[in-house]
Amino acid sequence: MTTDTPPVPTSQRRPTRSRWAVGAEKLLEALIHVSGVSAIVFVLAIFAFVFRVAAPVLVSEHFHILQFLFSPEWYPTSASHVRYGTLALTVGTLAVTALAMVIAVPFGLGAAIFVSEFCGRRLRETLKVVIELLSAIPSVVWGFIGLTVMSRLIVDYTGAPVGVNVLNGGIILALMSVPIIVSIGEDALKAVPDSYREAGIALGATRWQMIYRVLLPAAKNGLLAAVLLGVARAVGETMAVLMATGHAVQIPHSILDSVRTLTANIAAELGEAPVGSDHYRVLFLTGLLLFAITFAVNLTADLVVRGIRKK
Amino acid sequence: MGQPPKIEVENLRLAYGAQEVVHSISFDVRPNEILGVIGPAQSGKTSLLRCLNRTIDFSPNAIVSGSIRLDGRDVRATKDVFDLRRRIGMVAPLPVGLPLSIYDNVAFAPRCAGLRRRGDIDAIVERCLTQAALWDEVKDRLDSLGTALSGGQQQRLTIARALSHQPEVLCLDEFSIAIDPVTTMRIEDVLKDLRSEMTIILVTNLTQQARRLADRTMFLLDGNIVEIDDTPIIFSSGAASQKTRDYVNGVFG
Amino acid sequence: MADPNASPARFARTAHVARKEWAEKTARAAFFLMAIAMVVPLVVIVSYLVWRAWPSLSWDFLTDVPRRGMTAGGIWPAFVGTLYLVGISLAVSAPIGVLAAVYLNEYAKDNWFNRLVSLAVINLAGVPSIVHALFGLGAFVYAAHLGLSIMSAALTLAIMTLPVIIASTREALASVPVAFREACWNVGATRWQTIRAVVLPNSISGILTGVILQVSRAAGETAPIMFTGAVFYKAVARGDLFPYRLDEQCMALSMHLYTLATQVPNVKESMQYATAVVLLGSVLLVNAAAIALRIWMRGRKKW
Repeated sequence: MTTDTPPVPTSQRRPTRSRWAVGAEKLLEALIHVSGVSAIVFVLAIFAFVFRVAAPVLVSEHFHILQFLFSPEWYPTSASHVRYGTLALTVGTLAVTALAMVIAVPFGLGAAIFVSEFCGRRLRETLKVVIELLSAIPSVVWGFIGLTVMSRLIVDYTGAPVGVNVLNGGIILALMSVPIIVSIGEDALKAVPDSYREAGIALGATRWQMIYRVLLPAAKNGLLAAVLLGVARAVGETMAVLMATGHAVQIPHSILDSVRTLTANIAAELGEAPVGSDHYRVLFLTGLLLFAITFAVNLTADLVVRGIRKK
Repeated sequence: MGQPPKIEVENLRLAYGAQEVVHSISFDVRPNEILGVIGPAQSGKTSLLRCLNRTIDFSPNAIVSGSIRLDGRDVRATKDVFDLRRRIGMVAPLPVGLPLSIYDNVAFAPRCAGLRRRGDIDAIVERCLTQAALWDEVKDRLDSLGTALSGGQQQRLTIARALSHQPEVLCLDEFSIAIDPVTTMRIEDVLKDLRSEMTIILVTNLTQQARRLADRTMFLLDGNIVEIDDTPIIFSSGAASQKTRDYVNGVFG
Repeated sequence: MADPNASPARFARTAHVARKEWAEKTARAAFFLMAIAMVVPLVVIVSYLVWRAWPSLSWDFLTDVPRRGMTAGGIWPAFVGTLYLVGISLAVSAPIGVLAAVYLNEYAKDNWFNRLVSLAVINLAGVPSIVHALFGLGAFVYAAHLGLSIMSAALTLAIMTLPVIIASTREALASVPVAFREACWNVGATRWQTIRAVVLPNSISGILTGVILQVSRAAGETAPIMFTGAVFYKAVARGDLFPYRLDEQCMALSMHLYTLATQVPNVKESMQYATAVVLLGSVLLVNAAAIALRIWMRGRKKW
């Protein structure tokens, strides 16, 4: 083998990077580290700033923490007998969310199973695009649909006096939550190794039996996470429920009753409460309550999701 | 002979967390020799190389003690670890072409080192690709993607990359496991030519490869040096340890 | 001697087999319907909105200002306001988000601190939009003395979009195989040199997709801007591209829809629907662009 190489330069001087280049790189890496830490700063900041505004009301004479959490009587503007009970709001949130999940979970999981197990490639790509577009619809547009279209439909078909109620909010929230359930659910099903499927089929099971007996149990963590993330989305939703559930702060007795959720309540009253007043601060406190609830749900869901992605 | 050793390893110990994988080994590498390192899998051969060029730093739970001296200076104490990695070339087992043009693949290291002038870089690219026995095959398509080459070509590209920063020591870690025999032989010829310019450490699972190329051979077993000696001795019945003779004759490993 | 394995009775279509086949077909049909139940609402919603909006949809509607107490005219100030808000908020959150993701994926060692940072990102992503509004109020409007303004609203939106940009950028960076990075380190490249030469160029499409998707999210949110800088009405010249100062409040498309639907009496229904269509249309268009970008990039993979 000939080694007809060009001659190596006689001065084997090793090149060095210019001081400018090294300095610029150090600066950039410092920026990168700062940005990384910023996420923690912002989460703490959110908690801190909301708490800063809310805190004074905790020691106010009209405020009682047990009443706040467990009383259904919300009369923040009463001249004589001010009460800050959020129970009706919490129940409103739970009612709408529960109804939404009852609708969204079967449809969402069913669609996830279809996309993951029964679908051809082209159809799968199309459906995935549809899901993404569905999840992009802004919440105020959903609220608008609830207020106009769904409200009329409900009044026409159920004879309810008002079309904005738990049913309306539940349906709208279901439509908003389905995309998340489908996409995370599909991830969970995809994460189950093909060997499971092949083993099931080899034993003579039909596709459906294999799904029911092998796949779903294997993917149950991820499917649970999908549902939890759907719940988190529903609990945290503001504009859609503000426009679709009505304005009654009351514990609902039927799905045709109007309610208000924790989120909608803040949005509805924040503009009118005098800045710095007890009412104002209690609204911020409600925000903290929401922050805590959604944090807990999201954290649980993420712990579960990261478990499947690692496999 | 009589020259100071190029690399002196003294009481090198490496542990990943609680598990020690290299048990206090000591040996020398002489300048301009090819040192073969043989031994079964999980003997610590790759870890040894990673200690040498400090890529062991990227393993979070690795604990290193002892010293590795390159030209008398401890690599663990060096301030500019990047300059150290440029003085030591490394070829990994699996061929890796970077997703850049072939030209940029070989120009990458000089540019990182600060070289700017187009003419200098052109010269380096041509020289290294020629030394790696790849120039004739790619000289007309230096702009095409490095990842589009065949496995054997990508391994030669890796060697060209390793040569591009003028290493004093070239380490090869089982370079032939993923490439065809013809390319392997061409690279073995390349190594024989390179010996005059640099010191070569050749880690290999093919004992016959060490026999063909290495001046001295070291037999590493479970993190311990069983024997290190001139190659002809290692591969003959004159080897000091029975384990060496067994391994070399294929009784185990 | 007949071979028992060759007996046709083994493969006969017994009642049991027929039942299994039927169950299979039903299951497949049921799941198919469930999947279709997603496509149908999207199509129906969009069509219905466009149909009801039709009488009011026109170029004038987009470029004209609201007239007669917003019961007539157009939505120009709201449209431009949304552009301001989205532009500024992404100019802030995209760089920080990308750099933060680079830190998390390329520099962060696996210790308790960095696990905390990752946790913080997830937590930030799950905060309800109204809580973002409260934060914006407390931090930007009051503490930072920015008052009710475009800056406050845009910064609030920036905090809202930041965690998702971090997450999607991390995914894009992580899709570059580790082997490339190791090959770069072996020749003495620093981490940044490796990132600049190999990691970033090969993840840029994923990063861009993530940022573009947040554009549509920032455009569609109402609660975070409702209390920090978006306002009911602002007098603006028709077709003016730079009508707002950063310390002023502005109108926004999402807020405008809410206003027309709930706060202003006697607004023609078709105007409300038309506002919804413009908002929804912009958002879907941006998302479709991001999806198209992703599909196009998939075909140009380098390894």
